[in-house]
Amino acid sequence: MKETLLPVAHVFAMVMMVFAVTMLAPLVTAVWGLDPALWSFVISALATFVLGALLWLTTRRFKRELKTRDGLMLVALTWVALPAVAGFPLWHYLPINFTDAYFEATSGLTTTGGTVLSGLEFLPRSINLWRHLLSWLGGMGIIVLAVAILPMLGVGGMQIYRAEMPGPMKDSKLTPRIGQTAKLLWTVYAGLTLACVMCLKAAGMNWFDAVCHGFSALSLGGFSTYDASIGHFNSLPIELVLTVFQVLAAINFATHYLAWSQRGVRAYFKDAEAQAILGVLLVSCIGLAVFLTITGSYPDFPTALRHATFNVVSIAVDSGLHTQDYSRWPTFAPMWMIFLSCIVASSGSTGGGIKMIRTLVLSKQANRELNQLVHPNMVRPLKVGGSIIANRVVFAVLAFVFLYFMSMVMLIFVQLASGLDFLTALSAIIACINNAGPGLGLVGPSSNYGVLTDFQTWVCSAAMLLGRLEVFTILVLFTPTFWRK
Amino acid sequence: MKIIILGAGQVGRTAAYHLSREEANDVTVVDSNEEVLRDLQDRLDIRTVNGNAASPRILEAAGIAGTDVLVALTNSDEVNMLACHIAWTLYRTPKKIARVRSADYTERERLFGENAIAVDVWVSPEQLVTEYVARLIRYPGALQVLDFADGRVRLVGIRALQGGPLVGQALSTLREHVPSADARVAAIYRAGKSIKPEGTTIVEDGDEVFFLAARKDIRVVMKELRREEAPARRVVIAGGGNIGFRLASELEDKNQVKLIERDGRRARRVSELLKSTTVLHGDAADEELLLEENIDSADVFAALTNSEEANILSAMLAKRLGAHKVMALINKPSYAELIESGSIDVAISPQIVTIGSLLAHVRRGDVVRVHSLRRGAAEALEVVVHGDADSSKVIGRRIEDIVLPQGTTLGAVVRGEDVIIAHHDTTVQPDDHLILFLTDRRHVEAVEKLFQGSASFL
Repeated sequence: MKETLLPVAHVFAMVMMVFAVTMLAPLVTAVWGLDPALWSFVISALATFVLGALLWLTTRRFKRELKTRDGLMLVALTWVALPAVAGFPLWHYLPINFTDAYFEATSGLTTTGGTVLSGLEFLPRSINLWRHLLSWLGGMGIIVLAVAILPMLGVGGMQIYRAEMPGPMKDSKLTPRIGQTAKLLWTVYAGLTLACVMCLKAAGMNWFDAVCHGFSALSLGGFSTYDASIGHFNSLPIELVLTVFQVLAAINFATHYLAWSQRGVRAYFKDAEAQAILGVLLVSCIGLAVFLTITGSYPDFPTALRHATFNVVSIAVDSGLHTQDYSRWPTFAPMWMIFLSCIVASSGSTGGGIKMIRTLVLSKQANRELNQLVHPNMVRPLKVGGSIIANRVVFAVLAFVFLYFMSMVMLIFVQLASGLDFLTALSAIIACINNAGPGLGLVGPSSNYGVLTDFQTWVCSAAMLLGRLEVFTILVLFTPTFWRK
Repeated sequence: MKIIILGAGQVGRTAAYHLSREEANDVTVVDSNEEVLRDLQDRLDIRTVNGNAASPRILEAAGIAGTDVLVALTNSDEVNMLACHIAWTLYRTPKKIARVRSADYTERERLFGENAIAVDVWVSPEQLVTEYVARLIRYPGALQVLDFADGRVRLVGIRALQGGPLVGQALSTLREHVPSADARVAAIYRAGKSIKPEGTTIVEDGDEVFFLAARKDIRVVMKELRREEAPARRVVIAGGGNIGFRLASELEDKNQVKLIERDGRRARRVSELLKSTTVLHGDAADEELLLEENIDSADVFAALTNSEEANILSAMLAKRLGAHKVMALINKPSYAELIESGSIDVAISPQIVTIGSLLAHVRRGDVVRVHSLRRGAAEALEVVVHGDADSSKVIGRRIEDIVLPQGTTLGAVVRGEDVIIAHHDTTVQPDDHLILFLTDRRHVEAVEKLFQGSASFL
């Protein structure tokens, strides 16, 4: 136990020190805007850095190269411990307890976007920037960032990258070096964010809102600086810009990189996931718009299409920004959106859920089984987008989906047992584990997670972490094999 | 440097390991066995591509465009040569190294070149290992004998034993002991740890000492560190494969060589090709056969079959039966470590012997020779310095003024035909070959930088 934890703690200490540096952004904002949260950030940044440095010094003699199991440990430790650190300024400044601060920070880092806070527009800018920055950092992965900028992290091989990057097939690298791959992905991510911020500014936001919502859109976080989210602006251009960038963020960033390096869109046509995502979104948006018109939620089709498009895309790709209280739509619509949030986002994107590639693999596998009934002697490899998927991957996907839905169901039962009503329990857990954000019922778009009890809030925090690290990384810590010598 | 390695066999894997450890290298490995690749990618920070190494499509997927060095190490000479040729024809890859075993190809020099088969450097692990073993047999008592500057300077690793005049004395007394010869102790390992050799360092019984000396002086210096052993006369080789056969044909003129081969047909074939070697058909781990062939009077027993387990067992058996010195060819580094502390005198690791010749080609600066030592932890380099006193950090300076990274010793300078053993007042001149010993190869980049000051002259 000691031998496992201390070398990992040594690397984690370095991650903490880097994380302390990111606190400078809200700190500078606070100085600039003379806002009252300044001290909270000064204290947090100093405390984080000093704690990190102390941990680093005390564990120095345990430094060694990390093994596979250490890599898993490091990722899990980082994701469980950093929200506590990140939540500190919120807890220190706002009148909320530690449970809520941890939830808020987790919701940021895991890019969920559910909040316990209300009156967002009255918060100091530094606090709002910090919430959005957390989303942005968590989007592409904290450890991936650390690998990109800290070559001396002493982390070889793929273990860490794998534990944090979403998707079933993580062996394909863009470049031979993991550090370089991480750097490229972060460059693409940062570039798209910059483009989004510019577009939002051009569409009429002020700079601060543009930056915050740019962070939200690309990380598919879902935090907003207003209680009414994007509904506050009531602006078609802003909705269009956000819709486009949220769809881009739901596509594999490796595909974006390929497209950019080939200066063409061919890469998107070769990406089976991207095509499926676009197809599903297109059909859903138009279908729901028609549905909402027929059921009379909106007077005419164009209005229905506008609201359906923004909200459906945002929930489906697990962002969680919204313009309408869609929980008031006839039940079919919000339920369909919640269903989409489970499957739509692509592997290697910043979205959550089980990812489109797994959906494709499973549906092809199901199709193969059906065909096998008719042709018992048939030999057919499983292909997605022209490339063959090994049976090993299919098994891994099956195990993953089983664990994912079992975790979901179990957590829903826990929430029910704690006294939550069915719709709230169901939608809160699904929204949290998919990192989507708002649920339905008590935690619907017009309300927030502040109404939950402390216990229920912790369960939601756990669900977000499980979802972000794709279940395995967290659950493996609970297996006896992991701790056995 | 962007490097593609074709073939993830023993040598390919070791090369990938050594090359990817250096921060500056981007390594991609191509092989047709997916299992091996997955395992490799789990352990090393490299990219892997699954497929036929000689296919242009696969080479493209591995990023051949823009690659600096292509290292073809598959099992097949033909695949290696073809892959290099394709890389040159389609992508003008600057440096192509191929493993070519068959002397049928390598002895025809005109076969390779820009207008012929585009292989810049060919390596034959079997040939390298054979030479290595032959040198060890020529210097009884040595653990390692490595050539620099075409053999004019040699680095010798030797275990100091009670009875050598220098043992128990300070290193500075070496000159008084042997005024005629000059040598420089580059490193001393005591109980597995390196200690910095200085004039006052006292050599102890059991130390592993590495020294550099001109070829003619080696024997005298060795005599200082352990009692001289009679030159090997009777050599028994187990295994008539590529290495065993080559070694026999190299030694048979001066030594009395016996070669044991298990396979009847191979034994017959080997016997046809060799002149004076006694070829025996049988099992090298057969006690009766060994006794019958007077193993107790053998000076050297070298187990060189394909199976390392068999090598270990037959070498141990030979040692017990009275062979004076036994060597075994061992692939797994962990085995080698295990064995050298036991009853086998020398463990020969083909990958380590081969990797040095590959490393020389990926080093920046004009590095002509690299030998990997102590299972890759240490390295010995031969570097040519170019430029003048202004452009280079070393030229025109006395050796005591050159700031070398920690654990690095400058052992010798080769100037034209002359070998100058480095002393504090030796001055470095343009086009000198410097022989350096690094006890910690992690400092190799610092060393490269030191000699790269004159990059424009390369």
